[in-house]
Amino acid sequence: MGAGHAHVLYRDTPSPVHRLAPEVKITAMVLFTIAVVATPREAFWAFGGYAVLVAVVAALARVGPRWLLLRATIEVPFVLFAVALPFLGAGARTEFVGLSLSVDGLHGAWNIVAKGTLGVLASLLLAATTTTRDLIVGLDRLRCPQIITQIATFMLRYLDVLVGEARRMRVARISRGDDPRFLWQLRGFAAGVGALFLRAFERGERVYLAMLSRGYTGRMPAVWQGSGAATAGQWVAAATVPLVAVTIAATAVVLT
Amino acid sequence: METLAMHISNGIINGPVAGVFAAVALAALTFCVLRGRRDLDDRLAPMAGLVAAFIFAVQMLNFPIFTAGVSGHLLGGALAALLVGPWVGALCVSVVLIVQALVFGDGGVAMLGLNITNMALLGTAAAYLLIAGLLRVLPRTPTGLAVTAFVSALVSVVVASQGFVVQYWLGGTTDLGGNLTGLAGTMAGVHLLIGIGEGLITATTVATVAKVRPDLVYALRALKPATAPAPVPAVGGAR
Repeated sequence: MGAGHAHVLYRDTPSPVHRLAPEVKITAMVLFTIAVVATPREAFWAFGGYAVLVAVVAALARVGPRWLLLRATIEVPFVLFAVALPFLGAGARTEFVGLSLSVDGLHGAWNIVAKGTLGVLASLLLAATTTTRDLIVGLDRLRCPQIITQIATFMLRYLDVLVGEARRMRVARISRGDDPRFLWQLRGFAAGVGALFLRAFERGERVYLAMLSRGYTGRMPAVWQGSGAATAGQWVAAATVPLVAVTIAATAVVLT
Repeated sequence: METLAMHISNGIINGPVAGVFAAVALAALTFCVLRGRRDLDDRLAPMAGLVAAFIFAVQMLNFPIFTAGVSGHLLGGALAALLVGPWVGALCVSVVLIVQALVFGDGGVAMLGLNITNMALLGTAAAYLLIAGLLRVLPRTPTGLAVTAFVSALVSVVVASQGFVVQYWLGGTTDLGGNLTGLAGTMAGVHLLIGIGEGLITATTVATVAKVRPDLVYALRALKPATAPAPVPAVGGAR
């Protein structure tokens, strides 16, 4: 807890992208992803265009390529799935270095790797330039039902509570003579998972009641104060990204 | 420091099928929002947040399925259904998925409808149907509740994994030929193992909560209306 609830992926460096209102960034990112997914997979050049677009936004947001690529490794499990496809796929087959590969499987693998990577990069850029608090404010301004933004607010707040309680319980176990090493830590953790949940809940409940008694009505103050809401200029500036992406996608659909 | 969990990412399932499931998920979530508003009082609001946070943390435990390169992880649908009810529970899991897709790049944004249908809707629905059935049949003892939690968690994980198989059958971007049954078998087998882990975590957690604060377990409250305490008026609940 404490000041700010910036998450691990947030990069606290001022940039034109950081200054954009969150609702604008969320909209642009979602539209960009849909355009990428709608692109036919045979249009290889289109994905190059998207990659250039992502690179331009990353440069504007002062996010380095190293940072982006390291964190994009989250995608690895599905890349493995993609690698298996050329061997599992049906239909016409082609020979490559003595291996019999399915053409459809190769296309499928490319499809998953290209679209998956672009999607992950786009959401990493959103994460790097938007705090979680702003993200929820943005969702609220996009007319997301309040029950959902409320659950999301508490989820992000209670993640810290859970981590804190888990740390305290671990310290308590160790100070009572428990000596957990490697996998044996799991036993102590598993036995205490119910207690952890309950402790975190009771702490969270106190936080919630304290918030209520200070005038919390289920929405973040920034929403009803309306400060920092997107201006028309910001919408226009951010619209360039999805517009370029949609143009690329439309061209690709026409050409293939 | 990153989550290692991975949901369906962009490009695995084709656009039209993703669109159809997005519409299905949107309609179902709207219904959940309407029903959930009635449930969400001062006790349930922090509980919903904590359940979501717990699921978020638990979904980071990830089990790679080496044979197919797909990975599976804990879902938390049964835990949510037990503690906050089916409507708010489905919303909790959806919120986890939405935040993971938006800021962690976990699961493609365009595939959100598919992921929500599998994990939030199918998983929670299967779990709640079982919970409602089993709690009526099994004895009203801590063991009965733990068994209910274990079985519903196990089944909900397998059901959710088969949701992916159906979606892949409808709109997988690569034709696997006769290997679809293989995919179904692999998914079911691995998620059976994951389901055992999920069942144990769900059962321990719910058993502890039921022992200390039985008023917090939605399933016990909803099915025992006579002993349920009067609902607290919603001051800060969603309107």
